[in-house]
Amino acid sequence: MLHTVNKSPFQNSTLESCLRFISDGDVILLIEDGVYGAVAGSAKSAIVEGAIKSGTEVYALSSDLKARAITNLIDGVQITDYAGFVDFVEKHKTHSWL
Amino acid sequence: MSDDIKKIMFTVRNAPHGSIYVYEGLEVKLIMAAYDADISVVFMDDGVLALKQGQNTEELGIKGFEKTYGVFVDYEIENVYVDKQSMEDRGMSVDDLLVIGEDEDTEEPIKPKIIDAGEIAAMMAEQHNIMSF
Repeated sequence: MLHTVNKSPFQNSTLESCLRFISDGDVILLIEDGVYGAVAGSAKSAIVEGAIKSGTEVYALSSDLKARAITNLIDGVQITDYAGFVDFVEKHKTHSWL
Repeated sequence: MSDDIKKIMFTVRNAPHGSIYVYEGLEVKLIMAAYDADISVVFMDDGVLALKQGQNTEELGIKGFEKTYGVFVDYEIENVYVDKQSMEDRGMSVDDLLVIGEDEDTEEPIKPKIIDAGEIAAMMAEQHNIMSF
């Protein structure tokens, strides 16, 4: 399953909740303000670091990273673009955490 | 998993009266219950607060929906679950939960089932669609 998260982890606990309810093999895609969860060295970095450590694939959408001038990503966070987003949606069932 | 019956899960993650999400979500559930779908509802995060019994919205001038949750079982929405951790984090126990119907035979009140994140994750994995409110 593909889980998209579009909220900043500094604003609410959506990202943490999402990670609490995922299954093995699920993919997380951070979009919109969700990409702030992918920033290295922040007070909330441990959330995504923990997910990656436990084997979850975490992606961030490049357009949203660029728009927010985010360049310092947590190690292991992968970057994808809109075409990649479409591929994910084609391949997985999607759960949008709003 | 049958091909023609869709498994649809509704998640409720917002507190009840600060926004229209929970109310709108309730309307969607009741509409979807009229179709041939396998519906489940999971309350998690602040969504568990919508299940507190004794809500009185009279002074807010809005209808409230505790009574509507009370007919879930009559609408054949029987798979109603609450995340244990979210309840505990907010100081809620089973005694706080409202009733979603009564047993046809024994007339015992039915409450949402309290389950843990692992059980919810397993159910999520089986769904055709998941809708968040």
